[in-house]
Amino acid sequence: MTRAMKRRDFIKISGAATLAAACAPKGSAVQPVADNGPEQMLMRENPKNGDRISALGFGCMRWPMIKDADGKDVIDQEAVNEMVDYAIEHGINYFDTSPAYLQGQSEKAAGIALSRHPRDSYFIATKLSNFGDASAEASIQMYKDSFKQLKTDYFDYYLLHSIGRGGKDAFNKRYVDNGLVPFLREEKKAGRIRNLGFSFHGAKHEFDYFMELFDSGEMVWDFVQIEMNYVDWTHADGVRNVNADYLYKELDKRGLPIVIMEPLLGGRLARVPESISRHMKEREPDKSIASWAFRFCGTYPRVLCILSGMTNMEPLKENVETFGHFKPLTEEELEFLEEMATQMMEYPLVNCTDCKYCMPCPWGIDIPGTFQHYNKAITDGTYAQNTEQKNYAQLKKAYLVSYDRAVATVRQADHCINCGECLSHCPQSIPIPTQLKRIAKYIEDLKQDTL
Amino acid sequence: MLKKLRVALAWIFWVGITLLFLDFTGTLHAYLGWMAKVQFLPAVLALNVGVIVALVLLTLVFGRVYCSVICPLGVFQDGISWLRAHRSKKPFIYRKGMKALRYGVWALFVIALVAGVHVFVTLLAPYSAYGRMVQNFLQPIYLWCNNLLATLSERAGSYTFYDKEVWLRSLPTFIVALVTLIVVGFLAFKGGRTYCNDVCPVGTTLSFLSRFAMFRPVIDHDKCKHCRACELHCKAQCIDIGKDHEMIDYSRCVDCFNCLEQCKFGALEYKYAWSATKNAKNVALEPENTVSATNNAENVALEEKEPKSRRAFMTGTALAVGAAALKGVEARAQEAAKKTDGGFANVLPKQAPKRVTPITPPGSKSVKSFYQHCTACQLCVAECPNDVLRPSGRLDYLMQPEMSFEKGFCRPECTRCAELCPTGAIQKITKEEKTQYHVGTAGVNVDLCLEATGKSPCGKCAEVCPTGAIAMVQQGETRRPAVAEEICIGCGKCEYLCPVRPISAITVNGKGHHI
Repeated sequence: MTRAMKRRDFIKISGAATLAAACAPKGSAVQPVADNGPEQMLMRENPKNGDRISALGFGCMRWPMIKDADGKDVIDQEAVNEMVDYAIEHGINYFDTSPAYLQGQSEKAAGIALSRHPRDSYFIATKLSNFGDASAEASIQMYKDSFKQLKTDYFDYYLLHSIGRGGKDAFNKRYVDNGLVPFLREEKKAGRIRNLGFSFHGAKHEFDYFMELFDSGEMVWDFVQIEMNYVDWTHADGVRNVNADYLYKELDKRGLPIVIMEPLLGGRLARVPESISRHMKEREPDKSIASWAFRFCGTYPRVLCILSGMTNMEPLKENVETFGHFKPLTEEELEFLEEMATQMMEYPLVNCTDCKYCMPCPWGIDIPGTFQHYNKAITDGTYAQNTEQKNYAQLKKAYLVSYDRAVATVRQADHCINCGECLSHCPQSIPIPTQLKRIAKYIEDLKQDTL
Repeated sequence: MLKKLRVALAWIFWVGITLLFLDFTGTLHAYLGWMAKVQFLPAVLALNVGVIVALVLLTLVFGRVYCSVICPLGVFQDGISWLRAHRSKKPFIYRKGMKALRYGVWALFVIALVAGVHVFVTLLAPYSAYGRMVQNFLQPIYLWCNNLLATLSERAGSYTFYDKEVWLRSLPTFIVALVTLIVVGFLAFKGGRTYCNDVCPVGTTLSFLSRFAMFRPVIDHDKCKHCRACELHCKAQCIDIGKDHEMIDYSRCVDCFNCLEQCKFGALEYKYAWSATKNAKNVALEPENTVSATNNAENVALEEKEPKSRRAFMTGTALAVGAAALKGVEARAQEAAKKTDGGFANVLPKQAPKRVTPITPPGSKSVKSFYQHCTACQLCVAECPNDVLRPSGRLDYLMQPEMSFEKGFCRPECTRCAELCPTGAIQKITKEEKTQYHVGTAGVNVDLCLEATGKSPCGKCAEVCPTGAIAMVQQGETRRPAVAEEICIGCGKCEYLCPVRPISAITVNGKGHHI
């Protein structure tokens, strides 16, 4: 795809979106916020079935956890109920969960919170997350359990969870050899699955295979969920993970509605390095850093819904505001974000989105905790680079103390034994043991002042 | 005036030394470390001639001001005496010192020191007894306060205070410290400086000199009205005022100067005493026949208490050793890994393996030399930033530190214990010297090793060894670590990071001679 083509698309897109926003029905009971006019959640229509879906979807993977009486992690249901109520009240009607999320508790919590509202006031998306035991029995059991957990008798959107890695072979193992494909077809016919799709992380040729299946009619996908944001648009590593612009183009060509995951890269695009955030604030002083990432995704018309895993009320309110007064990006702004993404690639960040698929590490390492802490130090500019540096002693202490606070000593990077168990789980294809070793080495250098 | 000076100096030393034991950040020892190094017994063991000569001269000139100012256990007892003065109106009454006990303990102490009966030496060493109490009782409180500040600091996004784990390093030592606290505290409350004058071997050593001190409190026979005001306030119970005689036992006087301000008749003066006046001559002798009948009863009572307190020490120790043997850390069963995302696998706490030879810190030359010099003051234990040092539970080295790697390893950039040690048990070394200082040797238990048993690829020990002493070698189907004994320095990094728990598959055993 040429640059000129893209630009033309953008102009069309932004024009269309602006028009859509202008024509949006008025007269809702929502009070005007500041001088931005009345809040009106940006809605998208699924061209295949007319579902009117909020462009902001609620990802149920990052809900707050608290300790129960036995010291076990449990979802803070009260907080979830409050967020879900607020979300529905403000027009969010798409909730995306999985039997694997949050140590297997996400679906149940979603079921509890959502069942307090009429079933036709929201859409449920969940997944067949048969990563461990892919036998027909276990997979069908997982499928059936999801109904119970979510207190429903149909799924609006059902996904084959994270296919791509392993390509054809992995797909056959999880869905074809065990006879699940005809089973799911029957379930769809029976109306228990309204839309069948898949979520994807992987390389170009792996994605192409799933498109071939679609083109040949072997698999009828109703929608596809991809990772898309202004960094992955053209800066995914390109080898193990294909760029999002390619995915978008291929899906757009086939008229497939797209659901977006990781629009913020697990929060990394809500907290960018200072040099980048300054540029953003110069343009939009009152808009959050995260709003740029959401506007990026929302600018593309084939996007049906953008999922955000909101942990508490603050990001929820902020995102409702972003989508309640949605302003698509202009072509010039898209170029600006491309420039910001290029600058961001200069930082030695670990490409972790804190999805926790790698967890639990069998040896107890807190993998996402270690990466999040490391990335934060780099983003915040509190990362000591060498012993000659001004404030070196201060930065060293800050890094070491904050690391001990963030991650228990026995779960830190130096304890990784490179067993490689995590590698196949990472949707971002991070070479986790190598990155942990790099961070452990950095910490050793800090401690020994040999940086 | 003299008393005020003494009190002020005592405060400075006492607070300084206490802070030295409390501080875990390694900042204070640069300023206060000398306070530990001027302690008598550590200086003797370190063969620190300058300090020994200075202390001998100090005592020969001014008497036992060491006991009143420099020794933290002495000042601690003064604090208890002060409490007593405020709690009960019971005055101190002169009593004859218990010579048999005093010299008996001293002789045994010297023999133990030479013969290497470490427990006896460390038990009685006054500075070390104090250090143990601070490390065991005060430092945890200090750390909890610090951790509270660390929590607040964390909320405020500050790194000024950071969390430090509070853990019981050794139950036997804790019990010994507790018994010491109770016994010394009780004796101080009952009889002021009883411990210093009837038990403490350092006190006894200094008493040999103090009786000939150049300056001493001297009673002017002509001015003395025999009102006994001085005697009743003498916490060393060494002033005897009879109907027609007055006497001070300079072997027991610790020059606290409390008596000076009690005399309303100007009969007591701290003055140059080498001009052989009749007063001075009179009192330089040990009192033999001047004990009044009333005091005899108290003497007997106290004499009975003394052996008891020693027995209490021994019983406490024996009990503690027994308790340590029974103490086992319960292993928590590892939960089966779930197939869902997030959460943590359980990590069992590490347990110390059996080490045939204890590991002593880099700088200690040899295990034997280390334990000969160490007085078990716990300063290194209190300061070790990696939680490697802890008091030994072995009977022959009870309370003296040893290294173990359950909570960390002996980090290459750290030489803090060597900088701190007042006794010379750990001698100063540089970081460069430390990289070659061979304190122990790692050994592999192939039955536990993940790679050798084919449970998981690993190689952690070989990867992290700072000297490159460990290599993964092929043995049949599997690989296993092999240690080059001469290159291994015994830092414990492999043992600490070995994923096998609770007892690591690679463990360090001490090396008798380090260099």
